[in-house]
Amino acid sequence: MGDTDLNLAPHPDAFVPQLYRAGRVIRELHDTVTLELTPLSGPRPAFEPGQFNMLTVFGVGEAAISISGDPSEEAAFVHTVREVGAVSRAIAKLEAGAVAGLRGPYGKGWPVAAAEGSDVVIVAGGLGLAPLRPAIYRIFANRSRYGRVSILFGSRNPADLLYRHELEQWRQRLDVEIAVTVDHADASWRGNVGVVPSLIRRAAFDPHDTVAMVCGPEVMMRFTARGLLDAGLAGERIYFSMERNMKCAIGLCGHCQFGPDFICKDGPVLRYDKIAGIFAVREI
Amino acid sequence: MESLERILKEHPFFAPFAPEHLRLVTGCARNHRFAAGEYLFHEGAPANEFFLIRHGRVALEIAAPGKAPVIIETLHDGDIAGASWLVPPYRWMFDARALELTRAIGIDAACLRGKCDADHDLGYEMMRSVLTVLQKRLQATRLQILDVYGRH
Amino acid sequence: MNQALEVGAQAVVSLDGIEALIAALAAQGYTVVGPSVRDGAIVYGELTRLADLPAGWTDRQEAGRYRLDAREDGALFGFAVGPQSWKRFLQPPVETLWTAQKTEDGYAITAPQKPAPKYAFIGVRSCEIHAIAIQDRVYCEGPYRDEGYAARRNNAFVVAVNCSVAGGTCFCVSMQTGPKARAGFDLSLTELLEDGRHEFLVEAGSEAGAGLLRELPHRLASKTHLNIAEAVVARTASQMGRSLDTAGLKELLQSNPNHPRWDETAGRCLSCGNCTMVCPTCFCTTVEDSSDLSGDSSERTRKWDSCFTLDFSYIHGGSVRNTVRSRYRQWMTHKLANWIDQFGTSGCVGCGRCITWCPVGIDITAEAAAFRAAGTVKEDRHGES
Repeated sequence: MGDTDLNLAPHPDAFVPQLYRAGRVIRELHDTVTLELTPLSGPRPAFEPGQFNMLTVFGVGEAAISISGDPSEEAAFVHTVREVGAVSRAIAKLEAGAVAGLRGPYGKGWPVAAAEGSDVVIVAGGLGLAPLRPAIYRIFANRSRYGRVSILFGSRNPADLLYRHELEQWRQRLDVEIAVTVDHADASWRGNVGVVPSLIRRAAFDPHDTVAMVCGPEVMMRFTARGLLDAGLAGERIYFSMERNMKCAIGLCGHCQFGPDFICKDGPVLRYDKIAGIFAVREI
Repeated sequence: MESLERILKEHPFFAPFAPEHLRLVTGCARNHRFAAGEYLFHEGAPANEFFLIRHGRVALEIAAPGKAPVIIETLHDGDIAGASWLVPPYRWMFDARALELTRAIGIDAACLRGKCDADHDLGYEMMRSVLTVLQKRLQATRLQILDVYGRH
Repeated sequence: MNQALEVGAQAVVSLDGIEALIAALAAQGYTVVGPSVRDGAIVYGELTRLADLPAGWTDRQEAGRYRLDAREDGALFGFAVGPQSWKRFLQPPVETLWTAQKTEDGYAITAPQKPAPKYAFIGVRSCEIHAIAIQDRVYCEGPYRDEGYAARRNNAFVVAVNCSVAGGTCFCVSMQTGPKARAGFDLSLTELLEDGRHEFLVEAGSEAGAGLLRELPHRLASKTHLNIAEAVVARTASQMGRSLDTAGLKELLQSNPNHPRWDETAGRCLSCGNCTMVCPTCFCTTVEDSSDLSGDSSERTRKWDSCFTLDFSYIHGGSVRNTVRSRYRQWMTHKLANWIDQFGTSGCVGCGRCITWCPVGIDITAEAAAFRAAGTVKEDRHGES
C-alpha cells in the first residue's frame, strides 16, 4: 500500500516472552514470595523503579508483576508476588531452576530523578511497598541529592508487614524517617496502630517542595491523597501507581484503560492531579 | 496560670481559639505527666477530664477477659484523647495507656462544660473543634475497618 | 493499453475490466477478498471471479435491522456496508502468537513463521479506509508495533469504491470520512450506471495501482464520466441517514460520567458486544494460554475481545466495570472522546454498523445528541482538588 509508510524495519516480536530461570525464592509472608529471575541468554534489560514485567508460567498464563529489586543490581529481575489467582499462585510456586517467560520492562515509573532537590514522602500500603522499593533503593544510592526522605508504611496487621527486616535496617539509617503502622494490632505489637494516612501529619516534609510517591489499595491511595493535600502538597507533586486488568502490556489490547490512559504505557505511575477527576468516579 | 495559657495556645486543638475563650478554658486546665505504662484513664471510669497530648504516645486499648489488651489506635502529639467527657453518660469507652513519657493537658470536664453552658460562644468553638477532630477520626476509623489489605 | 498511466490518472473500465482486475490480482499472488451474498447478508470473503460480487443487490439498514433487497439494475456495489469490516483480515479474530515446547533445560518458543498473507481488498469504502488508517495508528504508531498487522497491512492492495448509495444508518459526511475516498487506496472505483451503460471510473492512487490499471482493458475518462461520477458521490452525500455533531463532544462526554442518560441507555443495552464486533475500529483483544494434558506443550492465542464482557476489566476478585451502565459508558466515551486523547482522531468513522447490528437499536448518533441536548449535569466534585 503506497500511501502509508509503516516503517518496516523489523522489530522483535513484543508478544513473545524471553526465557528466564528462577533463582532464590524467599517467603515474605504467608501468601507472598520474592523471587529472582535471570535471563537464560543475553543481558538483563535495565529498568526504571515503578516498571513491571509480564511473567509467564508456561501452560498456566501470564500476569503483570511490579519489579521490586534494586535497579543497580544488573544480574536478575526481582519480583515480589502475592498469590491472588491461578497465575500468581503458579509464579509463587516456581522452584529454583524452573524456567519462566518474561516480557518487559514496561510502563512509566516513579519520578525519582525529577524529585531530586526536593523532600520525598513515600507512602505504601500492604503490597504497595514492593513497586516502591526500587525507588527507595535508588534514592538511598543518591541520598545527598534529596532533602528529607520519609517512608510511611502500613499493612493490615503485624504479620503482613512486608520486608520487615529491611525496614528495620532502613531504620538504622539516620537520614531517613520511617513510620510503620498497622490497621489491626495483635497482642504483641508495640508499634503504631492506625491507618497510613494518619502518619502524614507527623512526617517531616516541606509541603511546598515535596514529591510524594504512593502505592497501595486504591481506597488507601484516595485517603492518602486527601491527607497529603490537607498537609499542603499540590496535586501535581503526588504520584500514584495504578492497576487495571492487563493482557498485552504493550498498548494494543485495550484492557488496561483508565479513562484515556493506558496503565501499561501511560502508567502505571500517574500524576494525581491528572487523574483526580476520574479517580473517584465509580466503575471507570 | 499565665504559662498554662501559653501551653494551651501551643496545642493545635486550641490554635483557632480567641484569646478570651482560651482564658476561660485555662481556668479549668492543669498539666499532667504520665510515665510509660501509666494509664490516663480506664474504661468505665467517669470521663471527667479532657486530655490533650502535648508530647509522647498513648495507646487506646481494649481488654477482653482472657486476652492481652489490643491497641486499636495510637495517639500522638497534638491529638486529643476521646470525647466521652462531652457526651452523657460521661464514661470512658477505652483504656488509654502512655507508651512512653507523656505530657498532657487535662481540662476538668465539669468545669469546662459549665463554662460552655454559661458562654455559648465558647461552647460553639469547643463543639466545632471537637467535631472537626472526630470527623477526621471517623474517616480514619472507617478506612481501618474497611480492611483494604485483606484478601482481594 | 500501454498509455503512460500515472498516479492520479483516471480511466474507465467496463465489467470485463473488473473481471480482468480480479484475475490480474490473483495472478500477482494476491488473495482477492471482496463482498458476496451469503446467509442473507453481504459479507467479505474470497473472490475468484466477477460473478462472486453481489450484482443487483442492495441493503436496507435501520437501527437494529438489516435486510437485502433486489435492485432493478445489476449494480455490483449498490449497497452500503455489511456486518464485517476489513479488520477481519488485517487483525484476524483468532491468532496464534507462539507455541512453547518443554525441553531438557527449559522451553523452546516458536512464533508462527508463515509469511503474511497478501490480500487484495475489492470494494473498500471511504469510511473503511479511514477505519484502516485509524487502526494503523493503533497498531503501528505506539511504543510497540503489532508486527503481524503491519506485515498484512503492507501487503494489502486496496481497491476502493465510492459509494453510490447511502445506507440508512450511515453518517460519514458528518464524520468527514466520506462518501468519496480521497486517499489510502491503490485504485478507486466509482460505478457509473447511466444510459444503459455499466462502467466504472477508475482512479490510480499509487504506483502499484497505476501499474495494475495499465494491464486492464480501459480507456481514458472523459469530462462526462467525471461529471457523472461526481454526481453519484454528491447524491450519496445528500442521502445520509444520520449525522453526528462532534463539536465539543469529547469534553461533553468526558465531563459527564454520571449523566442520567447512561442509566437510560443501560436499561436497553444487552451488553452483547455486537457493536464492538462489527465496528471497524474496535481493536480490543485478549490472550489465552492453553496446554496439552501433559503440560509439555503450550500455546498463547490472541482473540478478539469486547469491553462489554464482564471480565474484561477483572482485577482482584471482581470487575471494575461491574454494571452494563459502566461498560456502555466506557465504549461510547472511548470511541468518541478518549480515542482523541489517545490517537489524535475520533474512533468513529460513521459507518453505522453499530446502529444496524445492535439488537435493540441503540443509535450512537442519537445518544450523542441526547447528551448535547441535556447539557452538563451539575455534579458535586468529590472534594479532590
